Amino acid sequence: MTTPLRIGFIPLVDAAALIVAVDKGFTAAEGLDVTLVREVSWSNVRDKLNIGLFDAAHLLAPVAIASSLGLAHVKVPIVAPFNLGLNGNAITVSPALHADIMAEIDGDRYDPMATALALARVVAARRKRGAEPLTFGMTFPFSTHNYQLRFWMAAGGVDPDEDVRLVVLPPPYMVDSLANGHVDAFCVGAPWNSVAVDLGIGHILHFVSDILVRAAEKVLAVRQSWSQNNPEVLAALIRAAFRASQFIEQPINRAEVARMLAQPERIGVDADVVQRTLDGHLKISPDGIMRESGRYLLVGREEAGRPDPVQAAWLYAQMVRWGQAPLGPQALQVAMAVFRPDLYDAALGLPEGALRGTTDTIGAFAGPPFDAGDIAGHLAAFAIGRSKS
Amino acid sequence: MGAEPSPKIVIVDESPIRAAILEEGLREAGFTAVSHISEMHNLLARIYALDPDVIVIDLENPSRDVLEQMFQVSRAVRRPVAMFVDQSDAASIQASVDAGVSAYIVDGLKKERLKPILDLCISRFNAFAKLQDELDRAKSALEDRKVIDRAKGILMKLKGLTEDEAYVLLRSTAMREKKKIGEIAQSILTASELLK
Repeated sequence: MTTPLRIGFIPLVDAAALIVAVDKGFTAAEGLDVTLVREVSWSNVRDKLNIGLFDAAHLLAPVAIASSLGLAHVKVPIVAPFNLGLNGNAITVSPALHADIMAEIDGDRYDPMATALALARVVAARRKRGAEPLTFGMTFPFSTHNYQLRFWMAAGGVDPDEDVRLVVLPPPYMVDSLANGHVDAFCVGAPWNSVAVDLGIGHILHFVSDILVRAAEKVLAVRQSWSQNNPEVLAALIRAAFRASQFIEQPINRAEVARMLAQPERIGVDADVVQRTLDGHLKISPDGIMRESGRYLLVGREEAGRPDPVQAAWLYAQMVRWGQAPLGPQALQVAMAVFRPDLYDAALGLPEGALRGTTDTIGAFAGPPFDAGDIAGHLAAFAIGRSKS
Repeated sequence: MGAEPSPKIVIVDESPIRAAILEEGLREAGFTAVSHISEMHNLLARIYALDPDVIVIDLENPSRDVLEQMFQVSRAVRRPVAMFVDQSDAASIQASVDAGVSAYIVDGLKKERLKPILDLCISRFNAFAKLQDELDRAKSALEDRKVIDRAKGILMKLKGLTEDEAYVLLRSTAMREKKKIGEIAQSILTASELLK
């Protein structure tokens, strides 16, 4: 007996574990007959998951949390038993903004504090001469991209709500918008940063791993009620995604994986760009400068697949910091309970995970280490924010 | 409509035909203040300029995510927006997602006033999808006929058949191979290209 499943995804490289699980036959080996449905917006993925048109989805980690908290939308409890990817985003800026930042920078160009302080000087100079505020594109109000951009610029003294404009742009429109000057910069996942660099219209200023060492990005999301009604199917799906993530991380498989992801009905971009992303070997400027990072996108290594509730707490803290959610112990608990390492451990037959507590796994470049047990205290350390307590 | 003025409705749709069908339907139903945005660049600014009470968008439009920004409380957003999400009315949500349309209410327009608008959008979207489907089928039937005519021509020339005999041969082959006549005709065309 095979179990039919419909799973929604957005064409991004961090859907890799899901796509490979299906196209390499790992789901079939688990007795699952998965239909992957390519979607055009996170709103669609969320709504179709919420109303049951999808059994599971490739979802922005903060959307899973926002949906469980009922923020700005209908409240549907979601659980995330598997991390499809950690990190993987980058901040890309126009050649003009890149030149402005490099002219102001005092320090290492890969040091996010140095670039954030330089950005603050660029913003101040623009204001002085009466120029329009800079516009930054990101993918969704409840997105890692939104929080990562905000975290970075605020550390340099730039208020993301007052000093610049942050606008939502669908990922496929990012590159055009940068080329047309509609935005000066964006934060988005692969492959779009590389596409901008290859077209000669953008410079990758930062990998998100410069800003946060370890950041939950996309999760495999299912409705909590579905997880309770289909525990075995879910365990099978987790195992298939896990096997796919291990397959992807083997360098010898990368070319095959890149070809698989490049298919038009999957991500539909050049296999070469996909491979650069998986290898963490990216061209960061149109004149051909390359940059290597072992942390650009983590799919299966460093236990990337295992959901970490502290990561969920950090994302919730960002919602609080930027006025999207009120701070409360119960909401924190709900947010942390979205990430389910217990389901991951059980599906893979691992011994019950050691209690990992509330310690920092984030590794942010600014501010004190994150403490999920004291979000109010943690947020008080940051000068810029809109939290209402 | 009563004494209340007709709510201002904005249709966000890159398909001009579907938008026209929707607009016509809304006007017929007495909603006179309808406008249409087809250009996605700077979408929020365009919406704010029209200052609507209701926003209707097709689900195939990636810019749906842009609208989500209007839920946020921030300086850039003038009037709060809510998606039409009535938890007690799952059927309505299901129907709208099935039809491929979504509606947003701006600043507290009453739910009862949105319902007829949404229902109308759903039925027009479904009508459009049916029309599109019929058009696609008619197109592919026309394509098939062209391919079959050319395949018949090849068979007539190579095997000295009459047109009727050529068609009978195509049809019997299709039945034997459990394929469509168009597919058999296409493979004849392909083979004859290769053998040229």
